[in-house]
Amino acid sequence: MNVRPDPTFHPSPKLAMEAAPENYGFTIMLSPDGSQSDGIAVVDLNPKSSTYGEIVHQVIVPYKGDEFHHFGWNACSSALSPLAGHAFLERRYLIVPGIRSSRIYIIDVKDPLKAEIHKIIEPEEVFEKTGYSRPHTIHCGPEGIYVSTLGGGGEDGTDGPPGIFIMDCETFEILGKYEMDRGAQDKHYDFWWNLPQDYMVSSEWGLPPQYENGIVPEDLLSNKYGHSIHFWDLRKRKNIQTIDFGENYQMALEIRPAHDPSKSYGFCGVVVDTTNLQGAIFTWWRGDDGTWQSKKTITIDPVPADADDLPELLKGFGACPPLVTDIDLSLDDKYLYVACWGLGEMHQYDVSDPMNPVLAGKVELGGIVKDTKHPNGKDFAYGPQMVEVSRDGKRVYWTNSLYSTWDDQFYPDDEGGQMVMATVGENGGLTLDENFYVDFPKGYRAHQIRLEGGDCSTDSFCYPSA
Amino acid sequence: MSVTALWWAVIFSGFYHGLNPGMGWPLAVSAALMDRKTSALPKALGALAFGHFLAMTAILLPFSLMITLVEWEVEIRIAAGCIVIALGVYLLINRRHPRFLARVKPSRLALWSFLAAMAHGAGLMLVPIFLGICLIDDLEAGHQAAGELMTGNVGTAFLVSLAHTASMTLVGGIVATVIYFWLGLKFLSKTWFNLDVVWALSLVAVGAFGIWSALAGH
Repeated sequence: MNVRPDPTFHPSPKLAMEAAPENYGFTIMLSPDGSQSDGIAVVDLNPKSSTYGEIVHQVIVPYKGDEFHHFGWNACSSALSPLAGHAFLERRYLIVPGIRSSRIYIIDVKDPLKAEIHKIIEPEEVFEKTGYSRPHTIHCGPEGIYVSTLGGGGEDGTDGPPGIFIMDCETFEILGKYEMDRGAQDKHYDFWWNLPQDYMVSSEWGLPPQYENGIVPEDLLSNKYGHSIHFWDLRKRKNIQTIDFGENYQMALEIRPAHDPSKSYGFCGVVVDTTNLQGAIFTWWRGDDGTWQSKKTITIDPVPADADDLPELLKGFGACPPLVTDIDLSLDDKYLYVACWGLGEMHQYDVSDPMNPVLAGKVELGGIVKDTKHPNGKDFAYGPQMVEVSRDGKRVYWTNSLYSTWDDQFYPDDEGGQMVMATVGENGGLTLDENFYVDFPKGYRAHQIRLEGGDCSTDSFCYPSA
Repeated sequence: MSVTALWWAVIFSGFYHGLNPGMGWPLAVSAALMDRKTSALPKALGALAFGHFLAMTAILLPFSLMITLVEWEVEIRIAAGCIVIALGVYLLINRRHPRFLARVKPSRLALWSFLAAMAHGAGLMLVPIFLGICLIDDLEAGHQAAGELMTGNVGTAFLVSLAHTASMTLVGGIVATVIYFWLGLKFLSKTWFNLDVVWALSLVAVGAFGIWSALAGH
């Protein structure tokens, strides 16, 4: 407990943008075959430092086979909520779940160069106290730390629907299930919210048998992955509306609400439209009558390709799908970054008008067919995937792995973990920084990135920017 | 301790509660910003004041009835002091924020204010002062019938709650207004101090004062 609020907590997105830039990044290191222990790489992001762009510390966990994926903070700007009255938590611990093992690590990063494990929550505790498995997205909110899960109970995680559970943000004790009325929700992936407006939005990937051993083509072609998003009364813990995008919109993944809490809209990325292989972004918003609406506002076309250039899985289609696997919104709600993992492209859309996004910048790197090299001449395995934007919106970082078994299906010949950075122009535009290229240690792939002091997919703000 | 001094204590405790962000002034700032309407600020303050006033009366009224049992006066005041000290000590040991407050919807400001005041013992902090005022009033009134004493004490309970809430709202309102119009949100996090320990110690001090004044016959 501090006497003053943590200096990395900001009342509004605008104040967070004006704060000092990040000095360190924390990036997931995962061993795809479980032969090594997973970990967190601490990357030096201070351009003035002699070790800029290098991994300066690693926290390697004692177990193997956890499969790290997403992670988050114990506390963020949401602690400044006017309803909390106690803004004195420290942004100090990273909550890192293993989505294969269901084990959760609490990592103390107070001094990033000496980051270490603070606590380990064993899978049995997660199962016992929540009935869920395979913890995934982390957000800190009014009742503590909220953790979304991808699996329900039982060996293969299909005994009951997956959902969200809550952890104490100081003791890290698991408190129990979040949902009181889940309505039609039976799959889970991402979630986020608007705290003052008291709503939450959640999305759907698929159940564990649909992803753990690789993508199941029959399930995809018969539209059995998730294609709905769910709106919740956050504090009543009740599903108030489900929007089905249409069953062909397979895998509605990342939820990105506008950061300014006076706005009532956001975005959701869809991996693939099975009718035409397009990637899609939906804008969702609250209509005048109070109900939630959605509309497809971005489509990205597949690119025709020779069967010889395509992996087994895609040979029959004669085209390379964009595969929109991650999206991220800058803190000023101006630019939406869209990772096209299949094409090997990172798109930047100006979403100042959220109903009419305009492509403002694009970087080509990696890709199933194109396999574009980095400007420094080195290879980039797979394609642009987990993307994180600096608070000031000037730097965009990304890594390349999607999920161990899926990487192997879509990119059977690739291997390796890389993290790169692109700079954003005054009026948009995206340019890869030739000098920033982090090559991960042999045998490790890279996934989600968290920036010291918060970034564009962690902090929830309680006051508008105006 | 004179009755004037005790009334000042009621008003100062209001200032103190008003300054504490935990009693709600940031909510008034956020309401005006979210609605993009200045008028939302006084409206939010009104709702917060109403909840706080209810929490004060909910605590003071039972004591105003009890204290009419004049022969038990010293015991009641000592017991009240002990309860206030006990809550202070509890808050010192248990620094956890009461989680049920997180379940209150952001739109229910009066309910939030009521529960926040109850959970933090904002009403209890006034009890020893209030009992002191009642006693002096009763002494001045001479040997009246119990019924009349009770009416007088109930009236005092409302007056104390009102004076306290008014001074709290005044100070909270000033802080919210200055931040909203001039200083900006940056100062919201800068002016936010952790008062948890000070608050708990205040309860202990007020409780101790209550016991001391009961024993000393003031």
